[in-house]
Amino acid sequence: MITAIVVHDRDNVATALEAIEAGQMVSAGHARLTAIDTIPRGHKIALRDIALGAAVVKYGSPIGNASSPIAAGAHVHTHNVASARGRGDLHPSQTARTPTDVGIP
Amino acid sequence: MTPAPAFLGYARADGKVGTRNHVLVVPTVICAAVVAERVAAAIAPVGAALPHLAGCGQIGPDLTVTHETLAAYARHPNVGAVIVVALGCEQVVAQQIADAARHAGRPSHIVSIQGEGGTVRATARGIEIARELAASLDRVERAWCPASSMVLSVKCGGSDYTSGLASNPAVGRLADTLVDLGGAVVLGEIAEIMGAEHLLAARASTPATGAQLLRVISRVEAEAMALGVDIRGTQPSPGNIRGGLTTIEEKSLGATHKAGERTPLEDVVGYAAPITKRGLTVMDTPGLDVESVTGMVGGGAQIVVFTTGLGTPTGNPIAPVIKVTGNARTAQTMADNIDVDVSGILTTGESFDVAAQRLFTAVLEVASGRPTAAERLGHREFAIYRRNPTI
Repeated sequence: MITAIVVHDRDNVATALEAIEAGQMVSAGHARLTAIDTIPRGHKIALRDIALGAAVVKYGSPIGNASSPIAAGAHVHTHNVASARGRGDLHPSQTARTPTDVGIP
Repeated sequence: MTPAPAFLGYARADGKVGTRNHVLVVPTVICAAVVAERVAAAIAPVGAALPHLAGCGQIGPDLTVTHETLAAYARHPNVGAVIVVALGCEQVVAQQIADAARHAGRPSHIVSIQGEGGTVRATARGIEIARELAASLDRVERAWCPASSMVLSVKCGGSDYTSGLASNPAVGRLADTLVDLGGAVVLGEIAEIMGAEHLLAARASTPATGAQLLRVISRVEAEAMALGVDIRGTQPSPGNIRGGLTTIEEKSLGATHKAGERTPLEDVVGYAAPITKRGLTVMDTPGLDVESVTGMVGGGAQIVVFTTGLGTPTGNPIAPVIKVTGNARTAQTMADNIDVDVSGILTTGESFDVAAQRLFTAVLEVASGRPTAAERLGHREFAIYRRNPTI
């Protein structure tokens, strides 16, 4: 069985200490679950279903929101988690510089 | 009874304690950088140059930051003597840098390239002075100094999933121990507190300090957002993302562990500004490793503990940088850059406290003169934070 680390009781993801194949059993804290995706070493696995827009929690704090529904056992990474911080792309400021404003003319 | 932890340092006239005793060669401006590097190289490894890109074409805050950073290095406790290499027509005032050293009780000299009459004469004059200074520093002996005289910079770079799970929490326990002993710890990289600021603000010793931290983070976030793009791609970096870090919040929550688990936040200071409080200080530095380390050492840190998951070589011209990894593969593949391997936390169940004790021993040994991997390899990276255009 592959081990994934759960840092905090509130977390809904765990970190895989070794690469996990889809279908493998994973031991994560007190939980046992089956991976439904391939998960590279050091990447995260969902401990339970996470609804679209819900907080993804690691270290007991939110690390972003689910950008699509995430099923228990799924690979959790940039493809299904959106950061809530530093999103200049979503909140364009009036002073935003376009690429033509900087660099070589 | 166990003796109080101590290290063999250089007790300075201004009451500060150094872990190294360099002859610092400061170019006032990029135009003087090559001469400064040649002068320092003539007395390696005692000589330390600060080649930088600034010193002219700057207005307002950037010029001030350049001046203050160079002056901070000139009076740094790891520096025993200073040579300022000027061009002669630049904005940064050589005399002010030399005065900063002299007021801190260090001998200082100015060599002007235009004044001496060119590269050859200025280099020769600089080397002559450097050899005399190096000989005089050679006669200074180390003495036992308490751990409370230490200002420790904590830093992470090339982070991956092991950073937040192993190396940063181990360094955090080291930070708590040092503060218990009366020492100081400085954390930089404001962008890498974004998402974890609630944890640090809750540890602020006064409401005003907590509010100040939140203000600095809001400013940096607004600056990033004003560029109209997603911060992801630089925070986290492509390497961070391959290493398993998904968002800046995740990176920050892991990174902030290295500032301790319980040590109160005592102060928030500007880039390279003096660290005056015992306990934890947050410094306003960017996330770029070299600019961040440059600022924290400028603030007075005599030693840096730098965690890395992917591996990174960064050093500093005057302060030893101790590389720590929690990634067993990196400990092997980048062995020449790594000083302390704490990957046992994830692979063999080494406790955070045991790892932190090993780190503390390494810190005391390096502070007493043992060279780090970065020092052995000649890593002396130096870069001053710039936020405004060059005019």
